[in-house]
Amino acid sequence: MEKVVRGFYSIAHSVKLCKPNVIAAYPITPQTEIVENLAEMYANGELGDCEYVTAESEFGAASILVGASAAGARTFTATCSQGLILMSEVLINAAGMRLPIVLVNTNRALSAPLSIWNDHQDSMVLRDGGLMQIHVETNQEAHDMVPVAFKVAEDHKVMLPFMINMDGYKLTHAYEPIDLLEQEMVDTFLPPYNPPVYMTTKDPLTFGSYAPPQYYAEFRVALQNAMERARKVLEKAYKEWAEITGRDWGGHIVAEGVEDADLVAISMGSLTGMVRDVISELRNQGKKVGLLKIRTFRPFPAKEVRGALKDAEKILVFERAVSFGHGGPVGMEVKSACFGLTPEFYSFAVGLGGRDVPREEIVRIISDVYYGKVDQGFHFGTVKPFEEVIV
Amino acid sequence: MNYFGPGHGACPGCGLTIATRNVLEALEGKCFVANSTGCLEIVSSQYERSAWGVPYIHSLFENAGAVAAGIDLALKALKRKGEGKVVVFAGDGATADIGIGTLSGMFDRNHDVIYICLDNEAYQNTGNQQSGLTPLGSNTTTTPVGELFPGKMGRKKDMVSIAVAHGIPYVATASVAFHADLRRKVKKAAEIEGAKYIQIHSPCVTGWGIDGKQTILSAKLAYETALYPIVEYENGELTRVRKIKERKPVEEYLKIQRRFRHLFKHPKGKEIISMLQKIADENAAKFNLDV
Amino acid sequence: MVMKITLGGISKPHSSKTMKTGDWGTEYPVVDEEKCTACKTCEYLCPDACIVVVEKEDEKKVAVPDYEYCKGCGVCFSVCPVDAIKMELKDIYKLEVC
Repeated sequence: MEKVVRGFYSIAHSVKLCKPNVIAAYPITPQTEIVENLAEMYANGELGDCEYVTAESEFGAASILVGASAAGARTFTATCSQGLILMSEVLINAAGMRLPIVLVNTNRALSAPLSIWNDHQDSMVLRDGGLMQIHVETNQEAHDMVPVAFKVAEDHKVMLPFMINMDGYKLTHAYEPIDLLEQEMVDTFLPPYNPPVYMTTKDPLTFGSYAPPQYYAEFRVALQNAMERARKVLEKAYKEWAEITGRDWGGHIVAEGVEDADLVAISMGSLTGMVRDVISELRNQGKKVGLLKIRTFRPFPAKEVRGALKDAEKILVFERAVSFGHGGPVGMEVKSACFGLTPEFYSFAVGLGGRDVPREEIVRIISDVYYGKVDQGFHFGTVKPFEEVIV
Repeated sequence: MNYFGPGHGACPGCGLTIATRNVLEALEGKCFVANSTGCLEIVSSQYERSAWGVPYIHSLFENAGAVAAGIDLALKALKRKGEGKVVVFAGDGATADIGIGTLSGMFDRNHDVIYICLDNEAYQNTGNQQSGLTPLGSNTTTTPVGELFPGKMGRKKDMVSIAVAHGIPYVATASVAFHADLRRKVKKAAEIEGAKYIQIHSPCVTGWGIDGKQTILSAKLAYETALYPIVEYENGELTRVRKIKERKPVEEYLKIQRRFRHLFKHPKGKEIISMLQKIADENAAKFNLDV
Repeated sequence: MVMKITLGGISKPHSSKTMKTGDWGTEYPVVDEEKCTACKTCEYLCPDACIVVVEKEDEKKVAVPDYEYCKGCGVCFSVCPVDAIKMELKDIYKLEVC
């Protein structure tokens, strides 16, 4: 059924169809409307066997989901920015405990200074935590990925927390015509949560043991193994869901026009749409440029990225975050995947703190790189000149 | 009577394990335990060396209240409510300091959880650092005795009043010295729907500087000097107290513990002892403890 | 033998039984079976769940310590209402200083 709805509603609708058992909510701009929509559905009895609470903090919300997931419930929450960082202790703990908590992170900049607007700094901080992460470009993609997230997280070969990153405001609050999923379609794809083990008096087990040095390393290897297994599981889920819905969003990456491209631009999230538009116009002008959209961020699709970039002479990464003291995080990941290849490498951090990235800026950046007008390495996008003072 | 241990790594004579065994006994093992990081968790939940015979989860230091709330919600959603009671075991530091946020949220939403605070009056697992529930005058490693200070200069946080202020249906204090009373209180809490708080005074042989043979004695003296009132609140009303036949002066309790012995020598010691006596007198007056 | 790593660090119940803590203490409790009234005070208060009231062949119930795990803490000795328990020093600690 097609309806013009805002991004946050499309998430709430999709979560409802996945039949979660426990939702723990806490408000933070700009994801609040996701949990508000879920609360309305709960108040009207539309969520079935689900308990919904507003927790006392994001930390409390995530902790509630740890207990609920360990007891055998399907769990969901949404957060971003300061809330994501606050619950990071719990999410990393949940990754180690192998609990398949699903959350939507509406990418928002980090304090200080406080900003409620969009960039990817929040999810980048959790790169190393052990959570699976994907980025979506449109609200339809976000809507479609929620059942995939549950299915992959709960797969017995995986059992990891799963974070769907969608750009705050740019996607969450945008109106888009969405082909809303139907319950039967989701039911054929996503069975009820069947945990391999859970807390019950019939089989009393101890969850969350501590590990002295003779065991700890093996647990972390097991976590890495789960991430590695998740590659195939996620890819298979993408394919299966594409067949059921008729919408194919691609695999871990989407490579467009990279086979003969001299310059490949790389992007994640909603900015990809604008970059694609510029790339196709430059193509029409005869320039050899291509686009690499990265969808799965963790586990990082190094093999696929390297395969797409092996013939490129220039690689240009559009960053939405900064790793202070080094450079752009996505660029670092791509560079390490391409170790041994010898292209020129450029990365530009654009749209920090929700600053608009106009078409002209993308055109200028791509041209500057294409015509060799800038040095390699990390740069900031359009930044006004400023002087640092005390007061 | 085998829901906990043997084979755990607690110090000989540990009060926490006595309290834990009696709580699980009172619930007949039909419970889900959420345990915060601390002495109890460390001695009992090493990988492949678990002393627990009931379903148990350890997550982090400060979220046992929220984890228990999550188990409560899951049991409700999955229609498994009668399977067992949800119980939290948390130390005094995890309860009164770092975990008070999640505790408050859990109480406020009135989850069906029995919250047991095992009060050994400091962060004992990390070597006796002061917590919100450390009493005045204690020698801890972060409030050590020195030329300027005779131990902790602050007070013991009134967690009982905080719990009562949340409007939960049952709040009580108990002590390992009165194990039958402790079990009675847990059984009573198990029959009530909603959030319950029971604070159990559990002496720590290592941190307090006593022998295992004095564990139960020191708990008894804490009650007999009125420094640790044994009380019971139902729906916000004080319904029962354990009266004291012959109240002892606080010195009797303080002198047997290494953590208070400096009070008998330090220049400011006398002042602290009289302040402690005043606290005991106030407790006796507030709860009408003297027979 | 390949070690087992469980999902997220799950441990089996009572797997601590392999930790034989009986060698920790310097003393061990001895129960005077004549005095013992099987009141179970020691059973309720033992921190290590290693003194249990059992029924012997002559139908008398007495408290029996489990020396495999007993840490010799002395709680049972300190709470017995009829003083039926004595703490004895273990032989290996009976040292003579020359």
